[in-house]
Amino acid sequence: MAGYEICFEPDDRYNAFLTTCKKVTYGPGKLTGVAVAVKDNISTKGIETTCASKILKGYIPPYNAHVVELLMQSGAAIVGKTNMDEFGMGTTTENSAFGPTLNPCDTSRVPGGSSGGSAAAIAGGMVRMALGTDTGGSIRCPAAFCGIVGLKPTYGRVSRYGLIAYANSLEQIGPMGRTVTDVSTLMGVIAGYDRRDSTSYNKPYTHTPRADIKGLKVGIPGEYFGAGVDPKVATVVNSAIGRLEELGATTVPCSIPSMEYALAAYYVTCTCEASSNLARFDGVRYGPAADTKKSWHDAYREVRRAGFGTEVRRRIMLGTFALSSGYYGKYYAKAQVARENVKRDFARIFSEVDVIAGPTMPTVAFKLGEKSDPLSMYLSDILTVPVNLAGIPAISVPCGKVEGMPIGLQIMGRPFEDERVIDVAYAYEQEVT
Amino acid sequence: MTENQVIIGLEVHCQLDTKSKLFCGCSTDYRSDGPNTHVCPVCLGLPGAMPVLNKRSIEYAMRVAKALNCTVLHESEFSRKNYFYPDLDKAYQITQYDKPLAEGGYIEIEGDEGGEKRIRLTRIHVEEDPGRLVHMGNTERGKYSLVDYNRAGIPLIEIVSEPDMRSPKEARKFLNKLRATLEYLSVFDSEKEGSLRVDANISIRGSERVEVKNISSYKGVEKALTFEITRQKSLIRRGQKVDRETRHFLEASGSTQSSRSKEQEHDYRYFPEPDLRPLHVQSWVDGIVLPELPDARRERFIVQYGCSLNHARTLTGELRLANFYEKVVAPDPKGLSALAATWIADTLIGELNYRDMTIDAVDAAGVTELMNLLRQDTITDKSGIDVLRVMLDQRLNPQPCETPAAIVVRLNLAKTAGDTGFLTAAVEEAISQHPTALEDYRNGKSGAINFLMGQVMKKTRGKADPGELNRILTEALKNREV
Ligand SMILES: [Zn+2]
Repeated sequence: MAGYEICFEPDDRYNAFLTTCKKVTYGPGKLTGVAVAVKDNISTKGIETTCASKILKGYIPPYNAHVVELLMQSGAAIVGKTNMDEFGMGTTTENSAFGPTLNPCDTSRVPGGSSGGSAAAIAGGMVRMALGTDTGGSIRCPAAFCGIVGLKPTYGRVSRYGLIAYANSLEQIGPMGRTVTDVSTLMGVIAGYDRRDSTSYNKPYTHTPRADIKGLKVGIPGEYFGAGVDPKVATVVNSAIGRLEELGATTVPCSIPSMEYALAAYYVTCTCEASSNLARFDGVRYGPAADTKKSWHDAYREVRRAGFGTEVRRRIMLGTFALSSGYYGKYYAKAQVARENVKRDFARIFSEVDVIAGPTMPTVAFKLGEKSDPLSMYLSDILTVPVNLAGIPAISVPCGKVEGMPIGLQIMGRPFEDERVIDVAYAYEQEVT
Repeated sequence: MTENQVIIGLEVHCQLDTKSKLFCGCSTDYRSDGPNTHVCPVCLGLPGAMPVLNKRSIEYAMRVAKALNCTVLHESEFSRKNYFYPDLDKAYQITQYDKPLAEGGYIEIEGDEGGEKRIRLTRIHVEEDPGRLVHMGNTERGKYSLVDYNRAGIPLIEIVSEPDMRSPKEARKFLNKLRATLEYLSVFDSEKEGSLRVDANISIRGSERVEVKNISSYKGVEKALTFEITRQKSLIRRGQKVDRETRHFLEASGSTQSSRSKEQEHDYRYFPEPDLRPLHVQSWVDGIVLPELPDARRERFIVQYGCSLNHARTLTGELRLANFYEKVVAPDPKGLSALAATWIADTLIGELNYRDMTIDAVDAAGVTELMNLLRQDTITDKSGIDVLRVMLDQRLNPQPCETPAAIVVRLNLAKTAGDTGFLTAAVEEAISQHPTALEDYRNGKSGAINFLMGQVMKKTRGKADPGELNRILTEALKNREV
């Protein structure tokens, strides 16, 4: 039945795409003919997949990621690969080797990251849905900054097979869309068991969003409204939570004390894993060929220095250091303890409430170039990384504006209760539109 | 006594003989195919590909653990061993580090001081084999190297011993016993090229330890150890220090060479493989039914076939040899077991080694027939060896193989037993041709009989039964006594 074809020639003024496919054939199915963009760290057979890195320039995967196979089976038209922070390392999509993506709401601002291209493609009206990946907020942050909806599913619910790994134990592929319904529909296509991903669970998603949240208990962690969070953002999010109460939900104050160490645990874990994942890019098999006249040590060093961007090199060095003999116990092992504490805090809170709500990001979208020092950039991930450490589902849904820029309401849920966070976001969305 | 004592510990890597690789579905049967033909995104380490554990390989490793008396741990896990090398496509090897599959255990060998000796094991773990570099040109000034990933992802089991061996001979016995056990378990094929690799730790008591890497044959282990011991002892004798270092074994020269210090400074930055879940397989151990193992089979050969301890040890030391022996004697165990044990253990193995043949190439039915010819006294032992040699040579060449009986007829090897007329004639001829010998005999020189026996043997090309010849010759000489 493959025989339908669409033309895709968008006006990509935001630099959302790294690759566009002009003519796309598609088949019948739940998403037949729907243009879907795919983040450039997800392998697409026959379509260049670079992770927005020079080191993978020209790499054309010989196989499809599991989610890409599922998209194609559902009839979706994969129209292009979207820009991102190199290998997912960033919060603005400025760390792309192929130039930053602009925020369609205000082109002087970043779209968030690292799935900034996917968010801008949706917010700019080029596609209805897109796939992003979320390692420490990379779906939710750009969704919040661009005023769209993005879901970071429970760890293991969507197969990572074919996702070019940055930090395996933290990341998930997830749906992004203009509406909660679209996100829910896309989630229905990509979720489910895949034997090629050993961390995958057999929990398909067959849910249709429901707006009924009467009696729902919503935890409000003090940490999500404290220091570092822009009071104007807090105010907007608080009033959104007020709307949930009007819909019959009750709020319960709560606390996540382990958040104090969450950022450190996150950055140690992700840089350690990244240092190992990215070691294979050595010029022997991908990217610019290593100089074979040199000794292989020298040739590797040269290729890697030239091929990786500054932030990627920084994280590889941090991770390499943290795993070094004599430091493993101080860093990696401690980070795993902190991670367990985060999990335990969430489990404790979820024994009393059904979901947790707060802002997705502490501020509105940054100006391009505003976050020039890495540390202040890392700090902006504070509200998103706990979810990845705990492996729980969380959604960001637009909930108002500050200075004309969109704000995201983040709803976090129990493991494998992606349906519930979808329902809460849907109830809110129905209430305000 | 303990001065100059040699201390040896081994790390043995064996390829597990599974059908598919450790983390993907690619076939492990790559040896006869071209480079990079047994590969997929997973074993090529393509970005985004993920490992899926082959359960069979864990089951194989558990069989080994149980057979070697190890304790399977409640929880084990895979870790990444990070290092750059062109044959390592992910730039890390998935292996087991601080939570191996099993710990403890031992292997019993015949110790140098006689009697059974236990060599303790430290641990057993499972890991993937890297690819292979093929150097074009010589290693010194090679033009370039090619990478073949067919081997990448083949399951390996690493067995680490305690430093319990005291000589290269004990190390060889340890390896032989290990190989036999793995083969009896049907998890390993020693005939496959490169299926075994050994790293050895050697020291002289009181001195630093040296690790010799890269030994890829059974013979190489004994050679490398012997070389190292001589080297270290002569250093000590000259009052020099043995450096703690890693050395490589050079197969061609049988020597070891210091590795460059750069390579020694590896920091593998191990951490748990995030794409695989921890293993909880302890409960499988009870379900594993072990086959008869070398020690048990050795004891059975002694009881059932009346083999000597040495013969039984030799015959059961290799699975194929033990199977071959039982096949040869199966038609008539009572009549053949003693004869076949001697012939196979003492003669056949030597003839095979001389021809660089394996037991697989020998036809068991043919050997049974040969044993019957010997037992029925149709041919002499000497002719038996001739027949065996012809049988083996014919197996080596692309020509039709004859049965032992046919060889006996063609070469006219049948004993002259019963044909006394023929022997008597030969004896008479010899005596008349050598009157001096007869003279010597009459003068009581005992050497004369032996001389005449030799003359007759020569004439009859060894077919004469020595006992019968002796009888006829003695009689003929007696008749000529004056
Ligand atoms: Zn493979």
